[in-house]
Amino acid sequence: MVTLKPGPINVGGLRLNNHLLLAAGILGTTGASLARILASGAGGVVTKSIGPEPKAGHHGPCVVTVDGGVLNAMGLPNPSSGFTRELEAIRGQPVVVSIFGGNPEEFATVAGWFAGNAAGFELNVSCPHAAGYGAALGSDPAIVEACTRAVSRLGLPTWVKLTPNVTDIAECGRAAQRGGATAIVAINTLKAMRISTALRRPVLGNTFGGLSGPAVFPVAVRSVYDLYEACSIPIVGCGGITTADNVVEMMMAGASAVEIGSAVMDDIGIFATIAGDLYAPDGEDPAGIVGCAHA
Amino acid sequence: MREQMPIGVTITRITEESPSIRTFTFDQEIPFNPGQFVMVWVPGVDEIPMALSATDAITVQKVGDATAALFSLGVGDQIGIRGPFGNGFAVTGRTLAVGGGIGVSPLHPLATAGLVDVFLLGARSAEDLIFADRLAETTTLFTATDDGSAGHHGFVTDLLGRIDPIDFDHICVCGPEVMMRAVLGILERHGCTDRGQFSLHRYMKCGIGICGSCCTDPGGLRVCRDGPVFTGDRLIASEFGHYTRDASGQRKNL
Ligand SMILES: Cc1cc2nc3c(=O)[nH]c(=O)nc-3n(C[C@H](O)[C@H](O)[C@H](O)COP(=O)(O)OP(=O)(O)OC[C@H]3O[C@@H](n4cnc5c(N)ncnc54)[C@H](O)[C@@H]3O)c2cc1C
Ligand SMILES: Cc1cc2nc3c(=O)[nH]c(=O)nc-3n(C[C@H](O)[C@H](O)[C@H](O)COP(=O)(O)O)c2cc1C
Ligand code: FES
Repeated sequence: MVTLKPGPINVGGLRLNNHLLLAAGILGTTGASLARILASGAGGVVTKSIGPEPKAGHHGPCVVTVDGGVLNAMGLPNPSSGFTRELEAIRGQPVVVSIFGGNPEEFATVAGWFAGNAAGFELNVSCPHAAGYGAALGSDPAIVEACTRAVSRLGLPTWVKLTPNVTDIAECGRAAQRGGATAIVAINTLKAMRISTALRRPVLGNTFGGLSGPAVFPVAVRSVYDLYEACSIPIVGCGGITTADNVVEMMMAGASAVEIGSAVMDDIGIFATIAGDLYAPDGEDPAGIVGCAHA
Repeated sequence: MREQMPIGVTITRITEESPSIRTFTFDQEIPFNPGQFVMVWVPGVDEIPMALSATDAITVQKVGDATAALFSLGVGDQIGIRGPFGNGFAVTGRTLAVGGGIGVSPLHPLATAGLVDVFLLGARSAEDLIFADRLAETTTLFTATDDGSAGHHGFVTDLLGRIDPIDFDHICVCGPEVMMRAVLGILERHGCTDRGQFSLHRYMKCGIGICGSCCTDPGGLRVCRDGPVFTGDRLIASEFGHYTRDASGQRKNL
């Protein structure tokens, strides 16, 4: 297997301890939980998406596991500005604050609360199951550009996380780049649903939700590959990563770093596990791997 | 990632334990360790965590929307169950159980399995002392009520003044968090916090350790996955007894 030279890296304006970040919304609601993941070997963490007002999220069931994946419709529960105090415990660490809003102004407002203690922002314009938020905005390139611009103006690293639930993800990537994004994150979950045959109704309280986990890995690789062709800013790969080889594959498609979410459920020590396999003192220079699958 | 969709179970019996507490027995057995919980799906309403009070039953206190919806169900109605989840109690040797109110529910299967020697049961008044008759069959039971209508007049923690916790290898506790914190304080004075096993209540959405809604300070422990049962020494310098979080993740003082 390909191994990489260990050491801190710079991606999209952020300095990370390694190539592996915690994805948004996974154990990201409290500072202590983020600190636990950082201590367990993650090179950086992304918080739960924070919005303009406190939100309780959708009614349950919010999550079910399916073969090779997780189906969730959390509904973006978050404590809003109250989250600032959670960050006190992890000040100075590579913490990306994920934010969402219903329009560019709301994005700017929320980002403003965290400008003092975030290493950077990740804009969630891609959650597939929150009416008026996320993918509702992220499938329109003009809105993606406007939301990105509203936050990138603050001068902090601004990552934009895209939805695969569009015909052409590259178009949204170019829009984020025009808006001043310093990196693109791909992908958020795929719109999906399951029905309980026993109860004869959709399982999720919200009827449909987003699919993540190994089942979406090929979709994520394809999205990163497309974006690498279309954009000139770094790409952060996300979706279905469970092994060091998945990380290498994502990097060959064009990712400069990766985010890992669902795999944390099976192994909360996944970051150390993957890092143990991925890095070796005589490993290759990552710069030679990123995008190498593009002829 | 293995598939675990909710299974559908049919309610076969509803037992009124007290004016606000009912046991719902269903048509399937779920192998579990006492102290483990399931996510109970009340179709069209919500999904909430509930301890298994027996292999085929949950015992529910009516407190809000989802529990009220459960109370409106009858024999023959269906609910969904995911689980069992969490760690459960781990006991060997002499065991003391301390239960307050509905907190008796996860301790009940421990006692019926013959794993509890002495049981301290507390409630507001006599009619809320649920499972007392059955607990008396398998354990040495002492009761306490706030209004003095049965047993000791006062808190269940007062009974710990008469029983030496040091005589037990394990002290399993479930009830209101202030009551559990008081028990932890007593164990601390006896220098045996590590013998305490406390079953915690935190807001749960996924039940499987992925969403983060049940995480506690300062260790980031997930109540749904690393717990719900924690030994006292892991709780002593934590948020336990001080604050909790609501559905949005905002802190609420206890
Ligand atoms: C591991 C565990 C085991 C439990 N076992 C039992 C049991 O055996 N019997 C029993 O009666 N109750 C049990 N509970 C408590 C039970 O989950 C709540 O009473 C129930 O969720 C209330 O739902 P509601 O919609 O009726 O109330 P709401 O009006 O929504 O809320 C009332 C209170 O219930 C709690 N609550 C609501 N939703 C949740 C949720 N998703 N997760 C956690 N707490 C919630 C909150 O503290 C809230 O303040 C257990 C909780 C946990 C975490
Ligand atoms: C329970 C859960 C909650 C999530 N919450 C968020 C969120 O708040 N914001 C966001 O941008 N993505 C959220 N996601 C999507 C993940 O960050 C990630 O994009 C997706 O799960 C794919 O990665 P994975 O296959 O490694 O999990 C969530 C995913 C899950 C499973
Ligand atoms: S309920 Fe989701 S992590 Fe515990």
